[in-house]
Amino acid sequence: MTDQTPLQLVVEEPGERNTRRAFLAAAGAAGIAYTAALAYPIYRYLASPQEMAASAAAVTEVTLKDAQKLPAGSVLMFKFGVSPAMLIHHADDRWVALTAVCTHLGCTVQYEPQADRIHCACHGGVYNPYTGANVSGPPPKPLKLFKVAVNDTGVEISRA
Amino acid sequence: MTSKTIYDWIDERLGLTELAAFARHKTVPVHSQSFWYYWGGISLFLFLVQCFTGVLLLVYFRPGAEAYESVRQITFVMHFGWLIRSAHAWSANLMIFSILVHMFSVYFMKAYRKPREFGWLSGMALLGIASVFGFSGYLMPMDELSYFATKVGLEIPSAIPWIGPAIANMLRGGPEVGEFTVQRFFALHVVVLPALFLPLLAFHLWLVQRHGNAAPPSIEALTPAQRKNEPFFPHFMRKDLAMWLISLNILALLASVFPWPLGKPFDPLAPAPVGIHPEWYFMSPFEMLKLLGVVLRGEAGEIAGILLFTVGIVLWILIPFYDSRKESGQRARAAHYFGLLAVFALLATTLIGYWTIR
Repeated sequence: MTDQTPLQLVVEEPGERNTRRAFLAAAGAAGIAYTAALAYPIYRYLASPQEMAASAAAVTEVTLKDAQKLPAGSVLMFKFGVSPAMLIHHADDRWVALTAVCTHLGCTVQYEPQADRIHCACHGGVYNPYTGANVSGPPPKPLKLFKVAVNDTGVEISRA
Repeated sequence: MTSKTIYDWIDERLGLTELAAFARHKTVPVHSQSFWYYWGGISLFLFLVQCFTGVLLLVYFRPGAEAYESVRQITFVMHFGWLIRSAHAWSANLMIFSILVHMFSVYFMKAYRKPREFGWLSGMALLGIASVFGFSGYLMPMDELSYFATKVGLEIPSAIPWIGPAIANMLRGGPEVGEFTVQRFFALHVVVLPALFLPLLAFHLWLVQRHGNAAPPSIEALTPAQRKNEPFFPHFMRKDLAMWLISLNILALLASVFPWPLGKPFDPLAPAPVGIHPEWYFMSPFEMLKLLGVVLRGEAGEIAGILLFTVGIVLWILIPFYDSRKESGQRARAAHYFGLLAVFALLATTLIGYWTIR
């Protein structure tokens, strides 16, 4: 077990250098494979909620039971997949459903019936409550609209 | 900027050259018993695995009333959660094992003698904290086995005369093991114990740097010319890291081939399952108490057992002070036989314990 032999100068043959290079390459590849084998389960473990959310986000339709009883001039917040959305029953009896996530920095917006607007309290973004169009403030894009079908038992909301 | 200028910039501020010079001068004795030098490093490695996998479990674990449900989720819902949990449990057991090997090798190589008394004492404290880590971690899943293990384990402090029941109630968070117990054991397991363990570990490792590896008396008896040493860096470190890699492979194999089980959720009304027994590292004290209970019935047996333990452990901890003779090659027979007796008693009672599981 003594490794105390003094340093020796060894003249390498060119072929020897090739085998050493091949060895180092193989050792490096094995090291990378080993690290990957350790990292993969850890990545998947930490990514589990993301994967669950992805399957939840894959919904295309949500049925809100008894939502047809929503009084005119009021709003119902619900989840479409994983993100918040809003169903507005306007005073003129029109039904509108939109995503409730501000297109600026992702705050949840609110419907203000008195002002007849959708407002984001974070940075003052304002949207049209019928079309979702960004009216004023920082939002760069409109809120997305959903298709709404009202029937006797509830309200069906689906991707437009 | 060349790499030389970058190195110089950092070196001027952090003193890398001094560190490298220190590493170059550090040597490790080479002799027939050098193999035992690896076990402290293996224990350290397994502790690092505990920290790493522990943090991963912390990501989904919820103490309190939801403890069982969250462990069930980790085991059966989260991808590879079973593997992370299994690695944490297996590595805990392997760590206790390697700490024990480390301790006995230090004992029989007499590495606790002057000037290494503090190394021995801090090591014993680390072992003590590690066993509390094990005991508190065992409750986390709140399954049947955790429940009964904690119930039985807390009977030991409650057997202390006068103040025992109060201590046990304080640890348990009430008269019965339940959600309050797992909540405070959790605080103990992830905050209090690491806060105690880490500075002690740093102290222990600093002492190893300061005094170097101890050579056993038979090697000390040789003249300096007859002794062999090897540089720590890179020779010994390379082998140390190889040991870490071997440990990791054994751990990965055990954790994936024998996944740690999760029992039924605890039920305070259910009877204890048949064949229930303590973890292997608590088997010996458990069995000793049982055997003493046969000789001395009732409370007298319990108190005598705890007294005997306390005396044995105190004697063991204080070994550097009554086996302090430094004369080279001098074997202090009494300490040696005491060590053999301890090993024999531990092994024998552990075997009897497993033998008599019904």
